Amino acid sequence: MGEILLQIDGREVKVEEGMTILEAAQSTGINIPTLCYHEKLEPYGACRICTVEVETGGRTNLVAACLYPVQENLVVMTRSEKVDKIRKMLLELMIAHAPEAGALQELAQEYGANKDRFEKEPSFCILCGLCVRYCAEVKKKNAVGFVDRGGRREVIFIPEIAAKECWNCKECFPLCPTEALQAGYLLTEALAFPSGNR
Amino acid sequence: MDNDRIDQIIDKHQGKASSLIQVLLEIQSENHWLPKEALERVSEKLQVPLTRIRHITTFYKAFSLVPKGRHEIHICMGTACHIRGATHVLDTVQDLTGIRPGETDMDLKFSLETVNCLGCCALGPVMVVGGKYHGKIAPTEAEEALKNYE
Repeated sequence: MGEILLQIDGREVKVEEGMTILEAAQSTGINIPTLCYHEKLEPYGACRICTVEVETGGRTNLVAACLYPVQENLVVMTRSEKVDKIRKMLLELMIAHAPEAGALQELAQEYGANKDRFEKEPSFCILCGLCVRYCAEVKKKNAVGFVDRGGRREVIFIPEIAAKECWNCKECFPLCPTEALQAGYLLTEALAFPSGNR
Repeated sequence: MDNDRIDQIIDKHQGKASSLIQVLLEIQSENHWLPKEALERVSEKLQVPLTRIRHITTFYKAFSLVPKGRHEIHICMGTACHIRGATHVLDTVQDLTGIRPGETDMDLKFSLETVNCLGCCALGPVMVVGGKYHGKIAPTEAEEALKNYE
């Protein structure tokens, strides 16, 4: 594996080929906010909060740091006017779904996001897919998954699998960026009303 | 729908997980809907987790997880059909079958659905029953047409 020299926030950084911008930044102690990223899981790029501005060949681009592989002489800006504006908007949208989420509130404060900009639609879920992917990739049980699409997309537990696997695991609960209780609620709902589930 | 028939359909596709949607579509077209037992069987035979099958079957509108009637009625509510009196056709069909859009009657005879355009606006108002198009249909004609279905 060759080494690659790139610039993050004005600092020269030397990292291994094949790493993503996020990993490169983390290895040098530069913080990029993430919500759907987990080191044990494949990068997913759902939340887009890790958006950074990269400069290649004289023009800048907005990319998801958790997915974008490092390149020679890449210039990365983890905080710029554009990036901050995008993160602020994303947070305002997500906070309309999960108003009480601690992780979101902290970030909202940092980026000056207005919590009441959009009408509240508390689904308590930002569809980051951490629980779904953890169950599929790490535990290989597939007890929890997405259903439906678009604005109605949501996370449900499959009652038949959940009844067997979930009581002794619950490892997805603490992963949830909005509220661990949300997963608990969904699990209980699936087990108590198995036929009511789609 | 029994398990033997499901197995037959799966075997036709060599039991490959990549044929999941084809298998589901065939079950759907024969049985008119996808019962939970069928999904479990498919999941087991194709080695696809039930979560993914749920994800796919709720994603595509071609699949139904609730019982559907033998004859699916689609009534176009697009602009052209609406102006030409589709609402009256819908009212008549609702009265005759006793079901509202999105519902299925008790004998599993009819399912009713409204659609937004069928692409043949010159035929409006249009009603489709089990794939057969009834164009320029008056409420009384709709009533007559539905009597021919068992």
